[in-house]
Amino acid sequence: MEFPFLSVIIFAPAVAAVLILLLPKDRQTEPKVLAAAGAFISLALALWVFMTYDRGAGGYQFQEQAPWLPMIGSSYHVGVNGMGATLVLLNGILLFSAVLISWGIEERPRDFFALLLLMGVGVFGAFALLDLFLLVLFYELVLFPIYLLIVNWGWKPLREYGAMKLTLYLLLGSLVAVVGILAIYFTSGLRTFDLVALEGGPFSTTFQRIWFLPIFLGFGVLASIWPFYSWSPDGYAAAPTGVSMLHAGVLKNVGAFTAFRVAVLLLPEGARFWMPYVVFLMVANVLYATFVALTHDDFKYIIGFASVAHMGIVLMGFAALNRDGWNGAVTQMFAHGIIAAMSFAIVGMVYDRTHIRDIHQLGGLVKVLPQPAIGFIVAGLASMGMPGFLGFIAEVQVFLGLWRAASLAWWYPLVAIVSAVGILGTAAYILRVVQKVFFGEMKPAYADLPRVRVLDSVALVMMSAVLIVGGLFPTLVTRVVQAGVQSVLALVGGA
Amino acid sequence: MGGSTGFDASGLLTILPELLLLLLAAVVLGADLALSAERKRSLGVITALGLLVIFGVVLVVPAPTDPAFGGMVRADGVAQVFRLTFLLGGALVALLSMDFEPMQQDGTYYGVLLFSLIGMCLMAAAENMVLLYVAMELTGISAYVLVGYLRNQPLSAEGGVKYFLFGAFCSAVMLYGLSLLYGLAGSTGYAAVATALTRTPFSLAMVAFLMVLVGLGFKVAMVPMHAWAPDAYQGAPTPITAFISVASKAAGFAALLRVLQFLFPALSAEWIALIVAISMVTMTLGNLSAIPQRNIKRMLAYSSIAQAGYIMIGVAAASPFGVAATAFYLIVYTVTNVAAFGVVVLISNLTGSEDLDAFAGLSRRSPFLGWALLLALFSLGGVPPFGGFVGKLLLFAAAVQSGLVALVVVGVLNVIVGLYYYLNVAKIVFERRSEQEDEPLPVPVPSRWVLGFTMAAIVLLGILAAPVFNWVLQASAAWF
Repeated sequence: MEFPFLSVIIFAPAVAAVLILLLPKDRQTEPKVLAAAGAFISLALALWVFMTYDRGAGGYQFQEQAPWLPMIGSSYHVGVNGMGATLVLLNGILLFSAVLISWGIEERPRDFFALLLLMGVGVFGAFALLDLFLLVLFYELVLFPIYLLIVNWGWKPLREYGAMKLTLYLLLGSLVAVVGILAIYFTSGLRTFDLVALEGGPFSTTFQRIWFLPIFLGFGVLASIWPFYSWSPDGYAAAPTGVSMLHAGVLKNVGAFTAFRVAVLLLPEGARFWMPYVVFLMVANVLYATFVALTHDDFKYIIGFASVAHMGIVLMGFAALNRDGWNGAVTQMFAHGIIAAMSFAIVGMVYDRTHIRDIHQLGGLVKVLPQPAIGFIVAGLASMGMPGFLGFIAEVQVFLGLWRAASLAWWYPLVAIVSAVGILGTAAYILRVVQKVFFGEMKPAYADLPRVRVLDSVALVMMSAVLIVGGLFPTLVTRVVQAGVQSVLALVGGA
Repeated sequence: MGGSTGFDASGLLTILPELLLLLLAAVVLGADLALSAERKRSLGVITALGLLVIFGVVLVVPAPTDPAFGGMVRADGVAQVFRLTFLLGGALVALLSMDFEPMQQDGTYYGVLLFSLIGMCLMAAAENMVLLYVAMELTGISAYVLVGYLRNQPLSAEGGVKYFLFGAFCSAVMLYGLSLLYGLAGSTGYAAVATALTRTPFSLAMVAFLMVLVGLGFKVAMVPMHAWAPDAYQGAPTPITAFISVASKAAGFAALLRVLQFLFPALSAEWIALIVAISMVTMTLGNLSAIPQRNIKRMLAYSSIAQAGYIMIGVAAASPFGVAATAFYLIVYTVTNVAAFGVVVLISNLTGSEDLDAFAGLSRRSPFLGWALLLALFSLGGVPPFGGFVGKLLLFAAAVQSGLVALVVVGVLNVIVGLYYYLNVAKIVFERRSEQEDEPLPVPVPSRWVLGFTMAAIVLLGILAAPVFNWVLQASAAWF
């Protein structure tokens, strides 16, 4: 038997979480070390899976299967294609970074790190599982850790509201999608929840058109599709840094990727019918969120809305229903994940030291906090699609895909143009933040702010390196993504 | 009585659990006389161990699946599943009772508990209207006594009286319905009545059906026969609240499933529509009423009404999958609610309060109790990876399979509403501070066992549901 890479990736953090909870309740350091160890094991193996994924062969690899609920045709079936491998790696990087960034947690570290790891478990599972029943279970597994994390360690004025809003929104979205999944299960007549077995299943055009929308939008809530995005800025503003990082960086991608895998791949007719209209919601994501980010004064809200805008690009890539669009979407998920997590990490570092998030009251922080300043500039350049960073490759592919999707609806090229112009606004708000927060005149009170911790710098360097290396050698990422896209493209009739 | 009337010794195997329970009750009541007052707390252990032994016997000894005693009882797979659920619930409640201070020195209490369990086990297996009624009365009267057990506490006495009056009324209505059915069929056996109903005027059959539903609906606390629940739950000794919220409800569902399936197959289209409607109303009303509650037992009472609404989704599905999902959910619900009430027992012992605010800082004060309550709340709310999530998913799946998509939509919306108030309690437990949070919170050994077991069960029924669900699915497949 082969080494069960994916299972170890998924469950190493879970084992660490259980060990952490078994520690005596007053321990401060051990939970952090255990959490870092668990997350590191997953990261190392995720990197191995990503590097050794056979791009020539494509398709699902590293598969494992074991019976789970055999009488209803649900099994523990994991496996990744190039898309999944990329996202698993992303979660590995971000979970490890989030643990490092959260090292300063002093309030009940035991509970905090156990819950943070459980969130990571849910995300790994949601990327790697090929069984719809368990996919849903892991998809929603993140809900209870996230609620407790926000409500206890979040930003006091907003945390109860933000946590409740986020949790109920996401649960509602996913349950609507679950009803759709059940409809798929029973209509297929195959008595299986296996995603691979259901691909190309015998679904009538009418059935696909009816159920595409609830499933796509239901999971799309977690990808913050307009107008179901409002949990996102509030939730992020309320959440502790590590949670914002993971949520913006990978959880939204879980939403987008699951919506893609279930709604688009299983119901391609529905996708062809609805996507030309749904794409307008995504345009609203880009334009509206970019506009709000331009005008908002709260540092963390700006990043939150930026993330909503970028998820619009991801979803548009999927909506193009062609090779370039999907390549771009997954690359953008990877790039946006790193960018968003870095940005939230930096917001956290600034806020922890100044206790101010209003960008007008900050200024000149580059002098005392050079690493966050540089990190933010790197993330910002990648975010505005500057050539040489991974975000550029992603956005070009998405717009190319939209341009070439004119056969679906005549307005697709127009969508590409409008969104490309809209995303230019990113440059404006990134520069505004850089200018207000990191440059300009520094308040004397900030002169003796505590410097950033070594571990914070390690996390920032690691994430910056991914963005820069990925930008300089984009084929490292895009080839794996393409191999995955290639293997599912036939489902929507692409070659 | 239809069928043969000859005595058949093999029939005794069919009612083995009831016989063993009777024996255990005799042992417990005898021990009550023999033991000195300060050693009577061990009666709880005797009861619980006895119930676990019976649990093991029922699990191991195969019961004849053919009807026994002239068709009065049938210990088929579904009946066994439910009997095991009651026995497990009873054992857990007996252990919890040991840590409930007013109950510690009372053997009669455990005796009555066991009599109630006998009634429940019979309810699950009865295929005769008279036996069903007698079993329900045995369950009910024991339960009235238990709810009002703390005679000198006004709330307990009030709860007991309300429960009794409401119960007596519903049971009288049901009895009238049963007498109509007897008049129609000239027999009290389910099979004979079911045949007679196929040629009965629709309106008459419907009236009889509705009357029977009143009695069973009381047991499961479905709207509008739910009004007793908040007062009885709040007033009852907390372990008994746990008992009537799980075992009594499960017994009601066991009888309901069998009655709908084997007594009223002629009206299946009507009762499915009716159960769908009542299910929608029950869960919605239960959840909405739970939101403003500040007393945790009242909140859990409304929550258990809502849960009955969810469980009825499986009943309405009227399929093997639906029956299995119902039974599976009741197993999950039993361990989950026992965990929640187990924590409530300890907190109210210590603080004398059942207010939600008494739970502030619980996670800091005792992580063990904190997690026990959090797990129970998340499971009730339907959050993965806990049993309540898989249970709800299976119920929804059963309904989608039977084409009841509208019911599922209402169910989904209700899960959201439900999660809102469960999370609000979770927030108090996990996040709120209190001044006593540094004081230790001793957890007595019996509660430690109960909570440890139920926490493990809540998680395992979520992530390793297959063996249990497979077992109940096979049992229910025999029905169709």
